[in-house]
Amino acid sequence: MTNTAPVKIRAKDVKVFYGDNEALHGISMDVYQNEVISFIGPSGCGKSTFLRCMNRMNDTIENCRVTGSIALDGRDVYEPSLDVVQLRAQVGMVFQKPNPFPKSIYENIAYGPRLHGLAERKADLDDIVESSLRRAGLWNEVKDRLDQPGTGLSGGQQQRLCIARSIAVSPEVILMDEPCSALDPIATSIIEELIDELKQNFTIVIVTHNMQQAARVSDRTAFFHLGNLIEIGNTNDVFTNPQQKRTEDYITGRYG
Amino acid sequence: MPNSKMGGHYSQAYDAELQQAVDRLMQMASLVQQQLSDALSAFASGDIALAQQVKDFDRKVNDFEVDIDEHCLDILARRQPAATDLRLVLAVLKSINDVERIGDMAKRIAKALLKNTTEGRPDDTQLHELTSMAAKAQLMLQRALDAFKNMDAEAALHVLHEDKAIDEDYDRIIQHSLNSMMNDAQQIGVSLQVSNVAKALERVGDHSRNICQHAIFLARGRNVAYLSDDELTQIVTKKP
Repeated sequence: MTNTAPVKIRAKDVKVFYGDNEALHGISMDVYQNEVISFIGPSGCGKSTFLRCMNRMNDTIENCRVTGSIALDGRDVYEPSLDVVQLRAQVGMVFQKPNPFPKSIYENIAYGPRLHGLAERKADLDDIVESSLRRAGLWNEVKDRLDQPGTGLSGGQQQRLCIARSIAVSPEVILMDEPCSALDPIATSIIEELIDELKQNFTIVIVTHNMQQAARVSDRTAFFHLGNLIEIGNTNDVFTNPQQKRTEDYITGRYG
Repeated sequence: MPNSKMGGHYSQAYDAELQQAVDRLMQMASLVQQQLSDALSAFASGDIALAQQVKDFDRKVNDFEVDIDEHCLDILARRQPAATDLRLVLAVLKSINDVERIGDMAKRIAKALLKNTTEGRPDDTQLHELTSMAAKAQLMLQRALDAFKNMDAEAALHVLHEDKAIDEDYDRIIQHSLNSMMNDAQQIGVSLQVSNVAKALERVGDHSRNICQHAIFLARGRNVAYLSDDELTQIVTKKP
């Protein structure tokens, strides 16, 4: 495809080992700025593993080793001198199960900016909290109860709270690992609508088991299978006329 | 025989539903083929009763169309098909439209006979020309349907070009009809009748051509409706 947007993340020959087991067999791809790209594939295909390489979440797993390179704006994220905490502010993450801190709604959002020193005064922090909640489409629902626990919200609201929390530290990329799999269809639609709005300002990489979701929200789709990247292309093309038989078999529900 | 490109889903019911969409399209098409063949025999032999039957046949064809339409809608709503499956449903939906229109053409041929009962009959030369054109159109339709059923883009491309010979026949018959009208005003009624039948057959060729294009779309995933012959050949011969 022709894409004139700048490359945000460039992965080259990325391999991931869990102990002696090679889980990813050399993945190379570019993620463009302000695109929504989805990763699809059967369980165990490596899509989440690859996603987690992008902000070094795999560092937390013992025995996990990553080779190859992943560059964010040209800089290798596995460079030893790189500050991982800073990286994770730049490359935020939203998980499958909403995981708000056991704190107030306000504190859930304020925590990151305070940690990263993004606000000097209380008023600044208030602004960040409000704008993050607004961008996550949650402000109107929670503005009168910011001091109540985040865990008291509904599942869909909690997930938007987590998105607001990741937005609050002004990331450039947001990684979403099955962000809607614990949500009902309406909450899912709200998150999908949100993704569409967020791509104005962020680059979004989303792992999903829901192929219709990938078809709905993403500009490009990448199909993974057994630790390999099988096909990557415009979402329209992948879902109407995939080039690889394994992609076709997967998205049409066939055994390959 | 179930087409292997339709089968293989984890859900066997889904395999069957897609197969059924194609099977019903083919049933509808064979109904229309019979209708066309009856219309042509009626016209050739002046069989008014048979022509009337062709006209009344329409309802059955329409019922088929509605039924396939609903079946495809069901698949779209319940299965959310993708890739080849999605293209199959779309190609069937497009093709029933063309098949239905071929049925209309059969009706038009029957009407050509029913309307003009007082103006005499076409002569042997005229009938011979029409019969020869009709044979080509019918064969092309059959081959187009086969290519569709087999999802065979190469065959479809081949059949698609058969339309040229039908168009040439059409031009010739129109020219002959004009000549005969100019030579003898008494012949105007019959010649118009012949021209109408030729026009209907020419349209059968066009709809068969459309069915071939749907088959190519189905097999190759590219909309080829407005492409030149060269572009078409390139898409079909390039391996998917």
